[in-house]
Amino acid sequence: MIAGLGLVVGILVGLLLQPDVPLWLEPYLPIAVVAALDAVFGALRAFLDGIFDDKVFVVSFVSNVLIAALIVYLGDKLGVGGQLSTGVIVVLGIRIFSNVAAIRRHLFHA
Amino acid sequence: MPEGETGTDNSPETTDEVTGRDRLLASLRRPISRGQFTVGVLLAAVGFASAVQVQSNERDDDYEGVRQEGLIQLLDSLAAASERAENEIAQLEQTRSSLRNDTDSNNAALAQARQQADVLSILAGTVPAVGPGVIITVKDPTAGVGIDQLLNGLEELRDAGAESIEVNNSVRVVAQTSLEDGDGGILMDGQQLAPPYTIEAIGDPHTLAQALDFTGGFTDGIEDPPVNGEVSVEETDVVEVATIREPQEPEYAQPVEEE
Repeated sequence: MIAGLGLVVGILVGLLLQPDVPLWLEPYLPIAVVAALDAVFGALRAFLDGIFDDKVFVVSFVSNVLIAALIVYLGDKLGVGGQLSTGVIVVLGIRIFSNVAAIRRHLFHA
Repeated sequence: MPEGETGTDNSPETTDEVTGRDRLLASLRRPISRGQFTVGVLLAAVGFASAVQVQSNERDDDYEGVRQEGLIQLLDSLAAASERAENEIAQLEQTRSSLRNDTDSNNAALAQARQQADVLSILAGTVPAVGPGVIITVKDPTAGVGIDQLLNGLEELRDAGAESIEVNNSVRVVAQTSLEDGDGGILMDGQQLAPPYTIEAIGDPHTLAQALDFTGGFTDGIEDPPVNGEVSVEETDVVEVATIREPQEPEYAQPVEEE
């Protein structure tokens, strides 16, 4: 319940404050959001599987975001930032899909 | 790495006594726990970041997703557009300056025409004139002053550069002015003038006075016998020639067109 509330509160705060994204953060924020979403869906699946552990969730969340940002940073330095971002998005997208598929089976038995 | 890495799609609910759905419902019913709180905080962070990103993306996504080639193309078209605009500006400026030149030359021509009109109207006597000059008074007790003497005086004044001459405050002396002897005076432009005669002339006062005052000149011609008149010449800074003549349209003479 608190988890759902947290999500709603975060979105509301973001909508109401409308902060400007700092320039240095601009390339990393979209990738970081997708990576965090991946962690969230993974956590939900683990929760439904009964193997959820909040410590693991925190670590996976933070490391997902950091690694995604690091990859984008590295890609920018190597001159392949755009392609690498696309690659990261694709991989994370596939993982999100497979996690959502598992969640779906849990919730709807289908 | 997130949990749920098993990747296998074994259905847990068939083996477990407690299904995932039960767990979810239980967690919704039992809100307070450390794990939930942690998850809530992280989800808030995700929600915040998503909202911010979505908004910043909507705000300035004009050129954000455009690839390098697209940007170069955009830049090229912008450069071409600005070049066109600059050409247009140059053209318009040229037009403006030529219009301005036209206006200037028109103004100059107008000013010149005005000046000429002033000169001509003073010469033709169609406007009153004022300026330095001399006022000559001729007294004629013996009635001996005739047109010979006056004509002599007028010619001397003109020779000395008189620009505007008036006699007795009633006749303006111009190119068409005629002089005749009349009864008890002279007939000037058909107008009877009686002595004493007052001749007002605008010009350099000293030169005009000198022109009348040489031996055998205008003054001598009147003061010497047989006329025995009296001439006084007053040099002054302000001579007012107030009489005007109606301009006359030439009936026969036509200007010759210059080629």
